[in-house]
Amino acid sequence: MTSKPAPQAAGGGRAGMRKELPEHFKAYKHVWVFVELERGAVHPVSWELMGEGRKLADKLGVQLAAIVLGGPGEAVRMAVSEAFAYGADLAYVAASPVLDGYRNESYTRCMTELVDTYKPEILLLGATTLGRDLAGSVATTLLTGLTADSTGLEVDADGSLAATRPTFGGSLLCTIYTLNFRPQMATVRPRVFSLPERQEGRGGPVIEHNFSLLEDDIVTKILQFIPDRESSKSNLAYADVVVAGGLGLGSAENYQHVRELANVLGAEWGGSRPLVQRGWIPADRQIGQTGKTIRPKLYIAAGISGAIQHRVGVEGADLILAINTDKNAPIFDFAHLGIVTDAVRLLPALAKAFRQRISPSTHTRMAM
Amino acid sequence: MHIVVCIKQVPDSAQIRVHPVTNTIMRQGVPTIINPYDLFALEAALKLRDLHGGKITVLTMGPPMAEESLRRALSFGADRAVLLTDRIFAGSDTLATSYALSEAIRKIGESFGPVDIVFTGKQTIDGDTAQVGPGIAKRLDLHQLTYVAAVQELDLKAGSIAVERRAEGGVQVLSTKLPCLITMLEGTNEIRRGSIEVALNAARAEIVTWSAAAAGIGNTAKCGLKGSPTVVKRVFAPKPRSEKAFQIDLSGLGPDAIAESAMAEIFKRLPSLEKELTQTLQG
Ligand SMILES: Cc1cc2nc3c(=O)[nH]c(=O)nc-3n(C[C@H](O)[C@H](O)[C@H](O)COP(=O)(O)OP(=O)(O)OC[C@H]3O[C@@H](n4cnc5c(N)ncnc54)[C@H](O)[C@@H]3O)c2cc1C
Ligand SMILES: Nc1ncnc2c1ncn2[C@@H]1O[C@H](COP(=O)(O)O)[C@@H](O)[C@H]1O
Repeated sequence: MTSKPAPQAAGGGRAGMRKELPEHFKAYKHVWVFVELERGAVHPVSWELMGEGRKLADKLGVQLAAIVLGGPGEAVRMAVSEAFAYGADLAYVAASPVLDGYRNESYTRCMTELVDTYKPEILLLGATTLGRDLAGSVATTLLTGLTADSTGLEVDADGSLAATRPTFGGSLLCTIYTLNFRPQMATVRPRVFSLPERQEGRGGPVIEHNFSLLEDDIVTKILQFIPDRESSKSNLAYADVVVAGGLGLGSAENYQHVRELANVLGAEWGGSRPLVQRGWIPADRQIGQTGKTIRPKLYIAAGISGAIQHRVGVEGADLILAINTDKNAPIFDFAHLGIVTDAVRLLPALAKAFRQRISPSTHTRMAM
Repeated sequence: MHIVVCIKQVPDSAQIRVHPVTNTIMRQGVPTIINPYDLFALEAALKLRDLHGGKITVLTMGPPMAEESLRRALSFGADRAVLLTDRIFAGSDTLATSYALSEAIRKIGESFGPVDIVFTGKQTIDGDTAQVGPGIAKRLDLHQLTYVAAVQELDLKAGSIAVERRAEGGVQVLSTKLPCLITMLEGTNEIRRGSIEVALNAARAEIVTWSAAAAGIGNTAKCGLKGSPTVVKRVFAPKPRSEKAFQIDLSGLGPDAIAESAMAEIFKRLPSLEKELTQTLQG
């Protein structure tokens, strides 16, 4: 499963350092993407992965398959046709009442059956609560490697999957391989990759898997599902503009300037991990490797140093403006625009400037 | 009732430093803490013991100095601590870690009474994979309940439990049978302070220390580097973008003027954004 970052182990005596793929794994071919279908809708991370899976499959010269599990009904069929539009060559489908609503037991059983039967070399899942719950069980059942929360996927010269993720310490990345086991598994967070272009009219073979598990065989029952109230949820991952603050703001009171600017811009607000640890902002507002990955058009980072765990969560933004008093802060290595100044003083000025420019009517009204 | 809580001793991440030249992690003198996520698991276990009685065993796999974290866990109120420590565990990835921990939990069950619930944190702050919990559950065939926000009901007679689980887009209420494994969500409780008496006992308590052999782990090929299917092949610093950030000119300007130039620069680079912002805000 996912390697603990163990830099000192690189090049060491690990038995798996050289690729000696056992004979029985040589039949493992093709790239699979698990399509996360819940309550009738597919999580967009599945299509983001489909785009990335397409690139890997093309490089390897193999096929890209969508794995769609769900209850009997229209939703599974819709998900399959969407999977083709987003780049799948074929689809493996299991529709059964025991797959209606995610449960670890039934999903793990079904996924491992599919892997054992059809033998993929690479298996990708979204790093959602569902994907992480499932991936850990599947990898342990199959006794194979799994790289959690990858931020980059490549194939190597010898065809191995090279999965990259940040390692602890705040400024390093590591590349992890599963050389001698199959499938090579990885999870990827939503928004790490961009959504691929949809292509209407693509289709392909659909292989139905007869999943025989019965409800009576499953111990865990879903008693209830309580949907989140939309209003209370942050929409950081999919917002067009995000304003965030870091420890450089100095206090929870100063963080209010971030919210004020976000308000003016109709933007979402968030912050670095230490702000969550200090209780300045709720956990679902954390941006970065262990928080939300974002891909806004505009990202404004105030008083954030730009550690690697933060960087990987924001690199997909079209334009990054960083405000930091330290001209050598790492954030200026990947921001597009920089301002070396006190964010606590600049944020209110920015709010004022934007308010005047983009909502002059409100401004005049307020001035009156 | 017997609960096992898995805790890990981790470097206090805020204080980690990376050597600017060699890019290696400078571990010397970095203080260690109990993985903060594991404290939510420990407190959830303590709450269940308040209600139902029983014993809590804390378990960690790590170097001998991880004893410190176990003592701390005892000072919060855990009844017993087990340290699994052996050179052969060095370099374990999550598959090897979950193997070692699950064997230790098996041994804990044999030595101190059958285990009803295993708790882990949601994830560690150094490994940060959230995979060790599901790994242990699979290996011990425990019903797996991840991202649990609250235990709704525990019925020891019936051997059943109901929990609220954080799922995508909502909360699942799940019921299952014991024994089970729970990974506890962050922010769900606050670790209690143990009494002075408990703290004093913790300082004197015997820590059960097991080598691989003592824990009954015969198959060392499943441990450490040998038992880890994943390989860290490369550790590297991220590439800076080809150009550094364009710096907004500040010479002698006050915040208002700087804000104006920053805004102009943003709209110059994202011409469509100004229109979109004006529309959404006025629409
Ligand atoms: C496993 C792991 C996972 C992690 N996941 C995440 C994650 O998901 N997200 C995340 O953000 N972090 C994460 N971190 C933490 C990360 O490594 C950094 O510690 C963190 O991002 C630093 O937060 P910061 O930039 O707010 O604080 P600091 O690093 O303390 O930086 C503060 C910055 O503010 C500047 N400053 C000071 N005063 C002012 C001022 N008046 N105006 C403007 N600037 C000022 C300083 O120059 C400095 O650059 C993770 C760490 C680990 C080990
Ligand atoms: N070495 C260890 N010793 C004890 N528990 C551990 C260890 N590593 C991981 N865990 C547990 O597994 C959880 C998830 O860890 P991780 O998969 O590393 O994110 C942690 O919150 C701990 O409860």
